Amino acid sequence: MANFYKDNEDILFLFKHMDIAGVADVIEEGFKFAKDFDHAPANAAEAAENYELVLDAIGKLSGDFIWPRSEGIDRQGSHLCEDGKVKYADGIKESLDMLAKAHVMGFTLPHRFGGLNFPNLVYSIAIEMVSRADASLMNIFGLQGIAETINAFASEEIKQKYLHDFASGKVTGAMVLTEPDAGSDLQSCKLKAYQDDKGNWYLNGVKRFITNGCGEVLLVLARSEPDRSGGLGLSLFVCDRGPTVHVRRTEDKLGIHGSPTCELFFDNTPCELIGERRRGLAPYVMSLMNGARIGISGQSLGIAEAAYRIARDYAASRKQFGVAIEKLPAVRDLVIDMKLEIETARALLYETSRVVDYDIGYQKKLEFDPPADKEQLKKLKDASRRYGRYAGMLTPMTKYYSSEMSNRVTYNSIQVLGGSGFMRDYPCERLARDARITTIYEGTSQLQVVAAVRGVCSGTAEKYITELAAANYEPQLQDLLDTLKQNTEAMLNAVTFIKDKGVEYMDLHGRELVDIAICIICGYLFCQQAGSKFDMEVETAPGDNGQKKISMKKRKEMIARRYITRNNSLIKSLIESIHSGNVSSLEQYEALAGPVPTEK
Amino acid sequence: MAYNCVVAIKQVPDTKRITGEAMNADGTVNRGALPAVFNPEDLNALELALDIKDKFGGKVTVITMGLPAASTVLREALYRGADDAILITDRKAAASDTLATSYILSCAVKKLDYDIVLCGRQAIDGDTAQVGPQMAEKLGIPQVTYIEELLTMENRHLSARRNIGNGWQEIKCKLPVLMTVIDEANEPRVPVAIKLMKYKKARTPIEIQMQLKKENPNASDAELKQLADMKIAELAKQGLLIKQWDLNELQADMQWCGRDGSPTKVHRIQSVVLTARESKTVEASEQGITDMIHELITDKTIS
Repeated sequence: MANFYKDNEDILFLFKHMDIAGVADVIEEGFKFAKDFDHAPANAAEAAENYELVLDAIGKLSGDFIWPRSEGIDRQGSHLCEDGKVKYADGIKESLDMLAKAHVMGFTLPHRFGGLNFPNLVYSIAIEMVSRADASLMNIFGLQGIAETINAFASEEIKQKYLHDFASGKVTGAMVLTEPDAGSDLQSCKLKAYQDDKGNWYLNGVKRFITNGCGEVLLVLARSEPDRSGGLGLSLFVCDRGPTVHVRRTEDKLGIHGSPTCELFFDNTPCELIGERRRGLAPYVMSLMNGARIGISGQSLGIAEAAYRIARDYAASRKQFGVAIEKLPAVRDLVIDMKLEIETARALLYETSRVVDYDIGYQKKLEFDPPADKEQLKKLKDASRRYGRYAGMLTPMTKYYSSEMSNRVTYNSIQVLGGSGFMRDYPCERLARDARITTIYEGTSQLQVVAAVRGVCSGTAEKYITELAAANYEPQLQDLLDTLKQNTEAMLNAVTFIKDKGVEYMDLHGRELVDIAICIICGYLFCQQAGSKFDMEVETAPGDNGQKKISMKKRKEMIARRYITRNNSLIKSLIESIHSGNVSSLEQYEALAGPVPTEK
Repeated sequence: MAYNCVVAIKQVPDTKRITGEAMNADGTVNRGALPAVFNPEDLNALELALDIKDKFGGKVTVITMGLPAASTVLREALYRGADDAILITDRKAAASDTLATSYILSCAVKKLDYDIVLCGRQAIDGDTAQVGPQMAEKLGIPQVTYIEELLTMENRHLSARRNIGNGWQEIKCKLPVLMTVIDEANEPRVPVAIKLMKYKKARTPIEIQMQLKKENPNASDAELKQLADMKIAELAKQGLLIKQWDLNELQADMQWCGRDGSPTKVHRIQSVVLTARESKTVEASEQGITDMIHELITDKTIS
C-alpha cells in the first residue's frame, strides 16, 4: 500500500507552507462558483481540503496502481498496428482508464466543463506524483494544457464540443507542432492550412515526433498564410483524428516507452480555426508551451524522486568493507546532493506554479471583472504585468533546472547502486532513460537559458529577488541573507558586464548567469521554508545521536545553510568566468571543434 | 435494461497492520488498536456494481451495519460513484454474529428495490464468508459465490465465472440474485475527484448529533435536538444526508438480532506463533521435485 502523496514529507510540508489560500482565492475568483456547482469550494479552507483529498487519491493511485505497472510499460512500449491504429502498453491503457474514472483529466479546466478548476500549483504536485509512478504516463496526463489552450483561446462552440470530453477522460489530445525541419524553430513550420469556397479549413502535410499523436483531439500549428514566412503566417487549428489523419510511424526511443511518439500525415483533414488567424505561434502556442514546460519540470522532479528513493534505500542496505555504503564519505555526499537538488527543484517548481496561478488569475480579473476604481485598476494592472514577467522568467528556469537535475540525479542513482544500477533488475536505468528527454522536448535546456537569461538581464530577476529579500525571515538566518545579498550584487555587476559585451556574449555566458540567479532565488526560498508559519516533525535516518525526529523547519534551515554556503563559492567561480571575457567558443570554433568527420 | 444493485459493505480493522494489541484477552479483535478500513473485497463488490451501472444503467445503493463511525465507508462508496448509502446502526444490534447480521441486512435489503445484491467474499476481520450466503437464504433468492468474472447480462439472466478453488465454473442464473465477489474479479476504482469534493460533507444523522454535542458541551438535549434537526434538514436539501435506519425501522424481529439472535459461541482462542525454522533440502532432480510435490499434497499445503 503506497501513497505517493502521504509518503512525501517535503510535498506535505510545502502544501502547508505555501500560500494555498491566496492561490485558491484567485483561481476560484472569490469563490463565486460555489453557488452553481455543489463540488466547488465556498472558501479557502474548503478549497485546500478539496486539493488535499484529490492529491491523496492520486497519491494512492500512483503508488498502488501505476507504479507496479511501470516496468511492464517500459518493456512493452506502444506499437503501430497494421490497421494504422496505435496500441498503448497495457499499463498505460489501464492507468488512463483509472485516471478517467477518477475524473482528474480536467484538472485546471473550469467547473462549467466538468473540470476541477484546480490551480497549477496543485496540478504540478499531481504531475510529480504520476511521473514518479510512470514518467511516460505523464505525457498524456500532463497534456491537459491542450484543453486549457482551447479554453483560453477557442470559440465557445469549440469549447463546448471538446472540453467536456477532455474533463471526463473520454478523449486525450496531442500538441501537433514539430515538423522534420521545424523543431526548436517552430517559425519555419510548413504544414499547409487552406480554406475551400465555403470557408471550411483543411490541413495538408507532415508532422513529426508528436507525443500521443494517436490522441483523439489534435491541436495543429499550420501555415494559413502561404505568402507569409515566419511566425506571423501560422495559425492554430483543432481537428479530430479522423480517417484523413494517418499515423505513419511510431518512433523507437531511448526512454518514455509508454508514450507513443508519432509521425502524422494530414491528408486534407477538416479542421477548425482556434481564435484568430496569424496568432497561432504567438501567443497561442507560446502559452501552450509555457504550461507544458511546467509540466515537464514536474515530470523531471517525479522521475528524480523515484530514482532517489531507490538509491537512498540501497545506500542504507548495501554493505561493503563491513559497513553500509552510506557510511562512506563520498556516498554520503552523493546521496545528500541528490536529495537537496530534488528539494531545490521542488521549491522552484511550486513557486513558479504559484506565480503562474497569480498571473492567470490577474489576467482573468482584468479581462472579465476589472475593478471600477481607477486606483485599484492601476494596482491590478501593475500586479498583472509584474507577475507576467516573473512567470516568463521562472518558467524556463524551472524547466531548465528540474530537467538537468533529473538527469544528474538518475545517473547518480545508478552510481550509488554501482553494477546493480546498470542492470535492468533495478528501475534506475529505466529512470535515467526516461529522464533523458526532459532536457530536450518542450524546448531544450539551451533554449530555456536563452529565455531565462533575458529575464535576468532585463531587470525582472532583480525586481523578483528584491521582493523575495523583503519578506520576513527568522533572525538566525541573517548571515545567510547577507551572503545572498552579496551574491545578488555580484550577479547585477555581471549583468552589467554581459550587457556591455552584446547579445552574442549574453547567449554564450547565459547559462552561468541563469545558474547564479537560480542559486539566489532558491536560497531565499529555502530561507522562507526555514522560517515557515507551519512546522511538522519528520523522521530522520537512525544516526549516532539517537535522534529519530526533527522539526522540518530546523531541517530546512540546515538545508539553507548547506545550500547557500556551498553556492557562495560556486557563484564566485561563475562570476569569474563571466568577467573573463572569454569568447574562444565564438572566435576559435573552427580550430577547436575541428572539421566535420568524413571517411578517409 | 437497467439493474439496481445493493452492495453490503463493512468497515473492518486493517488486519494488514497488525500490532501486539490487536487481540483482546477474550480472543475478540481489539477494534480500537487498528485503523478502520473499507473491507477490501467489498470494494471489489462495489466495483462490480458500478461496472454494471456503467454498462447497463440503474442505481447502486450501499448498506452497512455498524457503529456511527462506519459512515466513513459509506462516504467512500459515495466518492466512488454509489448513488445512495444507508447506515444501519442500533445498540440492540451489538454483538450480532453472522446469523443475526445477515438477518438484519436482509431486512434492510427487502425494503429496497433491487435486482442484484453484492457482497465481498468475506471480511478480513472474521474471514467467515457466511453473511452473503445467509442473506441470500433469508431473501429467498439464488446465490452465486466467489465470482471472478461477470460474463453476460441479458433478459434478466446473468452468466458468471466463479472460482471453485481448483478450477472455475460457469453459472447462468435468473435475477434477482446475490453474488459474492473475490479480489481477482476486478481492480476497484479510486474516488472520483468531484464526488470527493461534494460528498466530503455528507453525514449520517447520528454523526451530526455527535458532532454538535462535542461542539456544544453545555447545550441542553432540547437545544441539541433543534440544532441537529436544522443541520439534518440543511444537508438533506443539499443531497448530503446519508440515510440511517434502526431495527425498528426495519421491523426486525428482535429475537433474531444482537446477542439474542447470535448462537455463535467462541469455543477456544489459540495464539498461533510460527516459530519453526526447520529447513529441508530438495534435490534438484526430477525425483526430488516429484517427492516434494507429493509431500506438499499429502500435508495439504497444496490441493
